[in-house]
Amino acid sequence: MKTALNGLATHKSRSVLTILGIVIGITSIILVMSLGQGAQDLILGQVQGIGSKVIAIVPGRQPKGPTDFISTFADSLKSKDIDALNKKANVPHLNGIMPVVFGAETAAFGSETYRPTIFGVTGLFSEIYNIYPEKGRIFSDDEVKSYADVVIIGSKVKEELVGNDDILNQKIKIKGRNFRVIGILPKKGQSSFINFDEVAFIPYTTGQQYVFGIKHFNRIVVETDTESAVAQTVEDVKVTLRNSHNIDNPDKDDFFIETQAEAVQMVSTITNVLTLFLAAVAAISLLVGGIGIMNIMLVSVTERTREIGLRKALGATEKDILVQFLLESVILTAVGGAIGIALGASLSFLISIVLSNVLAVNWAFTFPVGAAALGLGVAAFVGLVFGIYPARQASKKSPIEALRYE
Amino acid sequence: MALIEAEGLEKTYDEDGGAVTQAVRGVTFKINKGEFVAIMGPSGSGKSTLLHILGFLDRQSGGTYRFDGKTIDDYSPVELARVRNRQMGFVFQTFNLLSRASVLENVKLPLLYSDIEESLWNEKTMKAIEAVGLSHRVNHESAKLSGGEKQRVAIARALVLDPQIIFADEPTGNLDSKSGLAVMETIQHLNEKHGHTIILITHETYTAEHAERIIHILDGKIDKDEKVGHRRRSDEFSK
Repeated sequence: MKTALNGLATHKSRSVLTILGIVIGITSIILVMSLGQGAQDLILGQVQGIGSKVIAIVPGRQPKGPTDFISTFADSLKSKDIDALNKKANVPHLNGIMPVVFGAETAAFGSETYRPTIFGVTGLFSEIYNIYPEKGRIFSDDEVKSYADVVIIGSKVKEELVGNDDILNQKIKIKGRNFRVIGILPKKGQSSFINFDEVAFIPYTTGQQYVFGIKHFNRIVVETDTESAVAQTVEDVKVTLRNSHNIDNPDKDDFFIETQAEAVQMVSTITNVLTLFLAAVAAISLLVGGIGIMNIMLVSVTERTREIGLRKALGATEKDILVQFLLESVILTAVGGAIGIALGASLSFLISIVLSNVLAVNWAFTFPVGAAALGLGVAAFVGLVFGIYPARQASKKSPIEALRYE
Repeated sequence: MALIEAEGLEKTYDEDGGAVTQAVRGVTFKINKGEFVAIMGPSGSGKSTLLHILGFLDRQSGGTYRFDGKTIDDYSPVELARVRNRQMGFVFQTFNLLSRASVLENVKLPLLYSDIEESLWNEKTMKAIEAVGLSHRVNHESAKLSGGEKQRVAIARALVLDPQIIFADEPTGNLDSKSGLAVMETIQHLNEKHGHTIILITHETYTAEHAERIIHILDGKIDKDEKVGHRRRSDEFSK
C-alpha cells in the first residue's frame, strides 16, 4: 500500500493527469445525466401539475402530424356544451367544469404597464391548478355570472405594476376597463406549462365579453370525481359533445381531449429520446475520459517498465508488482471518481439553482446513481486494463529485459 | 567454498530477422565467498550478459549455473526474487535509481520486498547511507545528485540488506575519474572490511586492478583468468 502511494506521489504529474481524465469523464457523465433527469422531471412535473383527475377539451381537430393544423374549428366549444356536459345523465362522474379563454393583454396601473397572459376562468382554477391567492380571495360564482370586473394577479404582474406597494382592492386597467384586484398569487413559477407569476385570472364571462370579444371557449376543463373515472369520463364527454355538435363520424370531431395520462405518455416519448441522446453524450464523454486515462497509462509504460525491472532486480516478485499497480489504479480511480462525483454533483446542483431562478421553474436536482456507478466502473475498467496489463507484461519479463526496455 | 560455479555457460539471443547472436560461448569458472573478482573485456565481449546470468537477472541458454550449491533451475521464480533480495546487491552503470524519489526512499527499496520488520527499515537504511558517506543527503531527490553521489546511493541500496555478493556492472562507467575512484574505494572497502563477495564488470584495466582476480572475456569466452599481482588502492590514485 505504501509502495503504491509512494509510486503515485513520486509521479505527481502523471497521477494528477490520470485523475483528471477520470474526473472529466465522471463529472461530465454525472452532469449530463443529472441535468437530463432534471429536465425530464421538470417536463413530467409540468404535466402532472395539471392534476390526474383533470381532462382538457380542446377545440379543433386533433393534429395528426406536423403539417396538420390545429386551427380548424377553433371556435367549436360554446356555452351550450357546458350545459350539456353539466347534465348528470351525460357525464355522471363530472365533479367540476371550467371554461377557459385566454390571450395576452396589457394591464396598466397609473403609468406602469405590463402584458400578462389573461386567463378567463371560474373559481375552480385554484383547485385545478393547485394555486391559491396569497392575499385576497378567488372570485365567486356570482361574480362569474355577473360579468364582474375583478382580477387575481400573479406575483410578477403585481411587482411590475406597483413594486412592493399594496395593490389589493385597487383598480388596474385591462382593455380599457377597470378591474378590481381581489387576489394576489404567491410566487410559483412555471407549472402545468403556465407561468403563474405572469398571469392574471378574470371571470371567463368578463373575458369573453369585454376583453377578447369572443363567444367560444379556448378550452373546457373537466374535473372528475375520482382518478379511475377519467377514462369513462373521456368517453362520456366525447359522446355528449358529438351529440351537441351533431357529429356522427368520430373522424370528423371538431374537438379533442387531453388527459394527464396521455400527456405523460406523449412527454415520456419525447423525454425518452432526450434521455437516449443524453446517454450518447455521456457515453462520448466517458470515452474521452477513458482515452485520457489510457493515454497517460500507456505513455508511462516505458518508464514504468524500467521501474518494474529495477524492482524485480531488487527482489520484488511478479505478485508484488501486480499488487502495487493494482493498488495504484484503484487509488487513482477512487480519488478521481470521488472528485468527479463531487464535482459533477455540485456543478449540476449549482446549475439546477441557476436554471430554477433564470427560467422561473422548479428545476429539481437529482443525483444519478446509475450514471455515477457506470462512470466509476468504466474508469476503473480502463484504469485496470491499461494500468495493469502493461505492468503484467513487464513483470513477466526478465529483470534485465525490463531494465533495458526502450 | 565456491559461491558461484559456472559450467559451460552459454547465452544466445534471437535477433529480429532470424539471426542468432551468441553472447556467451561456454564459460566455466568458480568464485569463492569473499572474493573480489573483476570480469574484464571490451564492449560486446559478453561480460555484462554473464553478470546478468550470475545475478539471476537473466537465464542462460546452455550450461549450468550453481549459486550457493543449488542450480538456477532449482529455484522457483519467487525463490529467485528472494535470493536477489536477500543475497545479492546490484550496482548498475546507469545507477537505475527512482529519480523522483529521495535518497532514503531509494535505499529503502529492497527492504519493501524483504521479510524484515518495518520498524527496522529506517535504521538499516540510515546505516547503509552512512556507509557510503551520504548522511547529509538523506532527503535529497536523487535526480538532483551528482553522478558520483547517485552511484553511492546505488551502492547503499545494494548494501542495505547486507547481501553475500555485490554485482557491480561498470559502476564507474558514467563517472568522472575522481568520483570513480571514490566509488572503487567504497567497493574495495566493502570487500575487505565487511567480507562481501564482489563481482565487478569493467573494460578499464586500472578499475579491474582493484580486484584480487581478473577474468578476461573476449568474444564470449574466457581469454585469461589471473590473480592481480599488485592490487590498485584507490588512495594511490588520489595521491
